[in-house]
Amino acid sequence: MEKRVVFRSAWLPYALVAPQIAITLVFFFWPAAQAVWYSLHLQDAFGLKVQFVGLANFATLFKDSNYLASFKVTALFSVLVAFFGIAISLLLATMADRVLRGAMAYKTLLIWPYAVAPAVAGVLWAFIFAPSIGILTYILKGWGVDWNWIIKGDQAMLLVVIAAVWKQISYNFLFFLAGLQSIPKSLIEAAAIDGASPFRRFWTIVFPLLSPTTFFLLVVNIVYAFFDTFGVIDATTQGGPGQSTNILVYKVYHDGVKAADLGGSSAQSVILMFIVIVLTVAQFRFIERKVQY
Amino acid sequence: MVENRPWLTFLSHSVLMLGVLAVAFPLYVTFIASTHTLEAIMQAPMPLVPGDQLVENFTQVLTAGSTKGSKAAGATMLVNSLVMALAIPLGKITISVISAFAIVYFRFPLRMFFFWMIFVTLMLPVEVRIIPTFKVIADLGMLNTYAGLTVPLIASATATFLFRQFFMTVPDELAEAARVDGAGPLRFFWDVLLPLSKTTMAALFVIQFIYGWNQYLWPLLITTDESMYTTVIGIKRMIVGGDAANEWNLIMATAILAMLPPALVVMLMQKWFVKGLVETEK
Amino acid sequence: MRFRLIAAALAGAGLFSANAYAQTEIQWWHSMGGALGEALNGVANQFNASQKDYKVVTSFKGTYGESMTAAIAAFRAGSAPHLVQVFEVGTATMMAAKGAIVPVAKVMADAKEPFDPNAYLPTVTGYYSDLKGNMLSFPFNSSTALFYIDRNKFKAAGLPPVPPKTWKELIAAAEKLKAAGQDCVYTTGWPSWVHIENFSAWHNVPIGTKQNGMGGFDTQFTVNSPLHVRHVSMLADMAKKGLFTYAGRGNQADGKFQAGECAMATISAGALAGTIKAGKTDWELSFLPYHDDVKGAPQNSIIGGASLWVMAGRKPEEYKGVAKFFAFLSRPEVQMEWHTSTGYVPITKAAYELTQKSGFYAKNPGRDLPVRQLTNKAPTENSKGLRFGNFVQGRTVIEEELENVFSGKKEPKAALDDAVRRGNEILRQFEAANK
Repeated sequence: MEKRVVFRSAWLPYALVAPQIAITLVFFFWPAAQAVWYSLHLQDAFGLKVQFVGLANFATLFKDSNYLASFKVTALFSVLVAFFGIAISLLLATMADRVLRGAMAYKTLLIWPYAVAPAVAGVLWAFIFAPSIGILTYILKGWGVDWNWIIKGDQAMLLVVIAAVWKQISYNFLFFLAGLQSIPKSLIEAAAIDGASPFRRFWTIVFPLLSPTTFFLLVVNIVYAFFDTFGVIDATTQGGPGQSTNILVYKVYHDGVKAADLGGSSAQSVILMFIVIVLTVAQFRFIERKVQY
Repeated sequence: MVENRPWLTFLSHSVLMLGVLAVAFPLYVTFIASTHTLEAIMQAPMPLVPGDQLVENFTQVLTAGSTKGSKAAGATMLVNSLVMALAIPLGKITISVISAFAIVYFRFPLRMFFFWMIFVTLMLPVEVRIIPTFKVIADLGMLNTYAGLTVPLIASATATFLFRQFFMTVPDELAEAARVDGAGPLRFFWDVLLPLSKTTMAALFVIQFIYGWNQYLWPLLITTDESMYTTVIGIKRMIVGGDAANEWNLIMATAILAMLPPALVVMLMQKWFVKGLVETEK
Repeated sequence: MRFRLIAAALAGAGLFSANAYAQTEIQWWHSMGGALGEALNGVANQFNASQKDYKVVTSFKGTYGESMTAAIAAFRAGSAPHLVQVFEVGTATMMAAKGAIVPVAKVMADAKEPFDPNAYLPTVTGYYSDLKGNMLSFPFNSSTALFYIDRNKFKAAGLPPVPPKTWKELIAAAEKLKAAGQDCVYTTGWPSWVHIENFSAWHNVPIGTKQNGMGGFDTQFTVNSPLHVRHVSMLADMAKKGLFTYAGRGNQADGKFQAGECAMATISAGALAGTIKAGKTDWELSFLPYHDDVKGAPQNSIIGGASLWVMAGRKPEEYKGVAKFFAFLSRPEVQMEWHTSTGYVPITKAAYELTQKSGFYAKNPGRDLPVRQLTNKAPTENSKGLRFGNFVQGRTVIEEELENVFSGKKEPKAALDDAVRRGNEILRQFEAANK
């Protein structure tokens, strides 16, 4: 972990870390501290009347059935995004690992959605599924499906999951492909000689060997669904209809920015910070382990 | 290939082609929509072959935005996006590489404290500190400025770690040799360490270019002036009503503008991109 | 050398004092994009040309919510504009911020500008006045909800092309339209504004206690009354039968109607300009439908839109300019121009009469409907307007619960009970924060 050879200077190291530390203090620590401070106070939108209320903002939140519902929505959303994102990309990566011809072309054609901003992904799918003019809506209507995510909560959820998964597949795909390519071919060959079918070989050898990658992607996808999908939600459903797609991050934004409820929004921020800490620790422990390989 | 099973190869190709089609379908629809008049798109089903309005639509969005929603010109928005997409990786790489250098190659009081301070920023994404950060930017008079758009996003734990990991793998003999030659730390940094870090920097640059280009919540919060909109924000601001009221042809043309630069970067610099992705772990 | 320096310094000082005698700038933050933004700039330019002392400088700050957030942030940072355009649901929040705003009545009195509250239309200014009738903010762009039909679709279904007057008639027409193959029969914009807020005023029932919140912060919502439940049940039933197409929480229904998708719509009077421009419908305007067995209905509808708030912390001299600007905005000819070019209602009686005299309404039938509907009867406690704290959130709650009904997730009574319970929690929070 430590370098044997080091340089000596009384001031240089401080000067070198100064820019990073300055930005960290001004734009990370100071606002985070303020979020904690706000979360313990009740104030009007203009900050003219501020009163200390202890944990009352948190108590209000946990009494609010809608805040709890937002947790459920977030959990459902994350599970769906992580499951479909991982399953589809694992399938594609396994197939891409098998083919000899055109592997590079497939890869190139599968990874570009990574470059699409979540908000743009949301707009694209919202257009394709637009209740009155969308092309897929038209096909669904032909099949007798009454498609209108503006009012149908489960359809709205489906829409944001599709948009979020579509954007994330490329990321998962690359990691699975790298994982598959690092599996020694001799293992597979040995199993093949034993007469195991390709399907069986996948479940008994390949999948277990991929489990570190899968676990890593699970954490990354959950973090993605929690935070990075804000753009998808804001550009499409804005949390509706009802509360069907009101994920935690969107609720913080809505309550804080649109409704100017600083105390409540900050209390939610503090809870989110706690969730991020748990997720980061999970992710980081894994990265450390992986680095040791 | 372990054994030759034609039907399995056929299946693999079919699944992959299906995957490529599913992934490309939204892009195709977007492109088609950007080549038609609004009236043509409003017919259900909309046409699935290109129309003749490509030049008209792109000229309109590049010079004047939409007519109903945001009037920010696409050309201005592309410049703003480009500023973010360049300033963020350059700033991030600069401050991360020097702080990693300090942490790896020096022993000084508070070293670990600084290291952990940088680490903790991982746990404070913009999304969880929306309001107070907005207020800091407002207090500093940085709303609607390039500095406000970029500076708060350049602090980075991941980039610092990446350089730290890399510096740890640099043989100690190099630093030893530099010291014997009488070269100071900055000299060593500039002449030895930086050239060695080129590939890491390139990989990081590609990933951060996309990160900067695709920023959404942050510019949404701090830009209220149309001349400061980025392309991604511009799209959102063009959506003014229900699905029948939006100028989808113009929105989709702008979406193409928003997707093209980062998609090209991913595809043309695939090697750096994959390296950056796998190494930075997000 | 020294002499030259002194001369330069003096010249500099001279320049500075010349600047000080120049025009006083009035900053005005607003949320009017597109054609409306141009009309707004037109008003400011006219004022700037009409006198030499003051110059109104406009800047567009995004949506209503964003302008308000920006103004709040600027106030906290000590650099608030003089004027900010705030939507009607933000009224209570602004009003409660006593140190942050200056009531319009006070601005006018301090500047000794002649100001007669009786010259204004009561339903418009009532929304933005305290109980004593003091104007708190200046009504700038006000509209109301109207009922639109597309005569082509009525004719195609074999119906006489006249707008139904009551909900009973509307449903009868809707069933015929549906039977004739019309896909989107009826839709609505702004569900809470149209079907709760305007609905309540139109039927003279309260939205909340304490005169719809105007009498104090200790108000409670009453939108779960039997009449509200009955109305929402009726809409839910229509949705189930395919007679009512839900379009979204904002103005999405405008586009649906304008594109010729829907036969009937209850949307903002402000959507008329777009309807004419789209040219896809044979539109006719009418008053909002009502339930004819409710006593006193129809009463009068209430406004939506935004008003101008004067922010505190500026020099007295600058407030004189603000007062002059308000006096200018109140002139009948300025109001008439704004009214006829944008579709928003005029705010003074004189402006309404002037527009009538000009023959504008004769040439443009339907354009006087908003004013006539707003002034249908003298406003009551239930129809003067409303003032609920954090109503941005309150309205979201109502809209969420309405969506739960229209999607069949909740029974109307249960949803409205929940709306009242959740809405009241928000009101209590606001009350506590503004003690």
